[in-house]
Amino acid sequence: MTDALRIVPDKCTGCMQCELACSWVQTGSFQPSQSLIRVNVFDEEASYAPYTCVQCDEAWCMNTCPVNAIALDDKTGAKIILDALCIGCHLCTIACPFGTVWTLPQNDKAAKCNLCGGDPACVASCPTDAIEFGAPTEDWFEAWGDQVNHRFVEAIEPSGN
Amino acid sequence: MAGWTGKLLRVDLTTGRHQVETIPEDWQRDYIGGRGLAARYLLDEMDPTVDPLSPDNVMIFATGPLTGTPVPCGARYMVVTKGALTNAITTSNSGGHWGPELKFAGYDMLILTGAAPYPSYLFVYDDHVELRDASAYWGQGVFETEDGLKRETGIPNLRVACIGPAGENKVRFACIMNDKHRAAGRSGVGAVMGSKNLKAIAVRGTGNVEIAKPKEFMKSVWAMRESMKDNPGRKSFSELGTAATIDMTQAFGGLPTRNFQEGQFEDYENLNGNTIKETRLVANKACFACTIACGRVTRLGEHADKYMVNMHPRNWRQAGEGPEYENAWALGADTGVGDLDAVLKANWLCNDLGMDPISMGATLAAAMELYEQGVITDDQVERPLNFGSAEALIRMTEATAFREDFGDELAEGSKRMGEKFQKPEVFMGSKGQEFPAYDPRAFQGMGVAYATCNRGGCHLRAWTPGPETTGQMDPHTPDGKGQWVAGEQDRTTAHDNTGVCLFVGGSGGPLETFVPCTAAATGVAFDFDAFVRAGERTWNVERVWNLRAGLTKADDSIPKRLIKQAHKQGPSAGVTVNLDAMLPDYYQERGWDEEGVPTAEKLAELGLESL
Repeated sequence: MTDALRIVPDKCTGCMQCELACSWVQTGSFQPSQSLIRVNVFDEEASYAPYTCVQCDEAWCMNTCPVNAIALDDKTGAKIILDALCIGCHLCTIACPFGTVWTLPQNDKAAKCNLCGGDPACVASCPTDAIEFGAPTEDWFEAWGDQVNHRFVEAIEPSGN
Repeated sequence: MAGWTGKLLRVDLTTGRHQVETIPEDWQRDYIGGRGLAARYLLDEMDPTVDPLSPDNVMIFATGPLTGTPVPCGARYMVVTKGALTNAITTSNSGGHWGPELKFAGYDMLILTGAAPYPSYLFVYDDHVELRDASAYWGQGVFETEDGLKRETGIPNLRVACIGPAGENKVRFACIMNDKHRAAGRSGVGAVMGSKNLKAIAVRGTGNVEIAKPKEFMKSVWAMRESMKDNPGRKSFSELGTAATIDMTQAFGGLPTRNFQEGQFEDYENLNGNTIKETRLVANKACFACTIACGRVTRLGEHADKYMVNMHPRNWRQAGEGPEYENAWALGADTGVGDLDAVLKANWLCNDLGMDPISMGATLAAAMELYEQGVITDDQVERPLNFGSAEALIRMTEATAFREDFGDELAEGSKRMGEKFQKPEVFMGSKGQEFPAYDPRAFQGMGVAYATCNRGGCHLRAWTPGPETTGQMDPHTPDGKGQWVAGEQDRTTAHDNTGVCLFVGGSGGPLETFVPCTAAATGVAFDFDAFVRAGERTWNVERVWNLRAGLTKADDSIPKRLIKQAHKQGPSAGVTVNLDAMLPDYYQERGWDEEGVPTAEKLAELGLESL
């Protein structure tokens, strides 16, 4: 398995350093609106969730692209957009089950995380280690399982709030 | 232009017209940005003698060159106007995400003049600027307003700075709240916004902040982050929040209790950082680009429900924020309430209603003293105002925001309330603004810091407990305090002007570390001396503004209680504040005459001959 991003929302404080770092590396400017990782803030839940492309093995964005403008980076396993080929049809943004492919307003082309060529800037910039990069192990997925369980229990036992 | 956007947005609220102006480059260099630049503009924009709640008052929202950059804690903006509480120039600072968003929208500053004819909100989406009807939000709390504006505009990333009912009702210490829980808190800037019929300023910016020398800039940012990473101050802020300070002030006998009648609070352990962490903390929350995350997201304990309030928005059942040190003190120790749930609930009420918890708690404490003296009688208040009454704390907090019953008196602040009851001595503050949580009898330097602060009683312009509790200066003597405070005010002001949070200083990122960040960001060859000089220039401009507003040496004062009455017990027993010794030192260090007026030579030295 290639290295992957692991995001631990519990550690995130919502400081947006990852958005600044991402926009800086990807576009050369400090501009969170261009970031390919985005922090979702759920205020009342006290929860901050950075989310970005999970680089699916079976990548629907890639499968759906009519002009083959999404390619596989052999080195990192990242699915990368080939700007020269992209025609801005938005199909990939619809196909993505996670909502992590965007189109940027300035050129109307698709944009998504490309793992910065193997050294993701968001990982280095995070002050609380909420974003890690490495070889996935079994326990990475436990948190997801716990979350699903938790939600399930909440759904069948309303807490009265 | 790099670092700065170089643009300001001017909106005439009376007509709804707006225009974008260029900020003179030499002013940006002279003042660095934020607070300094805004003070310089305010001097030209308005007559300082006008009523702060009249349409003639001008409001400036200003960011610094590092706001919206990855410099740790580059999140701040400053509200500069004539304060409803103080009649002096305000410098109310707030973090969160609103300031950076204004930068991303393309503006360093926002200047508001006039007053809207009906409740309105200002909508800024990059270069789209519009004054819109806000009748639907008038009367709503801060949380509901923000949620409502996000729904109305359909922009989930919208950043909202707004007032609550307190601002609408012109409570003299109303705040401007942004991102729900962050406050430009002091001096009544929210009342000024309310007097302008402006409910909110909603901003979305998609642009960037230019950096002149990116390579050097990132190098200095990383140097700063490295120096902060393992700093014990930063770790304490992260782990315990600002409320950790309670243990320190208690130990020095400087935790003002029951309206400064005592210097230690018996229930301080109920309110300190550790207790909050162990019993109420849900998560840490950071402002934009912050690597400290001192923000406390908390939940109310179960028995908080016994303190009834009329206002019960849905989202109250979930998580809120606070208390910070000052709030835990003002709503807790100063009113004698040792119940964390009551303090927390009052704190949330202040956030939602848009009120400064320091002045709220301190004004209530002054009223409690009057009640216990028998000056305020039972037929004037709906419930007894005894020290320690959690019920009174919760009810009066809510009543103040709506100016109901005795809350109408509290809403005027403790100076005006004390004068009305012919007991001006219960006012514990300076220039009309209540003191925060440091008793100058334990930290002598705070006496002169409070007296001389341009915005009235304030701990953030020269925090003397720093050197006084770490053995660098004797906490009980006046020697050298005037000089130190003058110098520290300049350094702190320079710090404010950059748009970086003051807590960076206590977390391993002193002013020296972000001078290179500012230089690389703006391309201007700033050095430390230029920084301090910009701070001094700002301070003098603010002083000149205050003098033109009619303030005099007599306003550089502190209450008699601190000068005449010592504490009877505790580590600070027997000490009084010797302001008469410190103030002349301070004036001399500043290059001001004996009446506290900047001399012509001083102004010329700072390039301010024209003032």
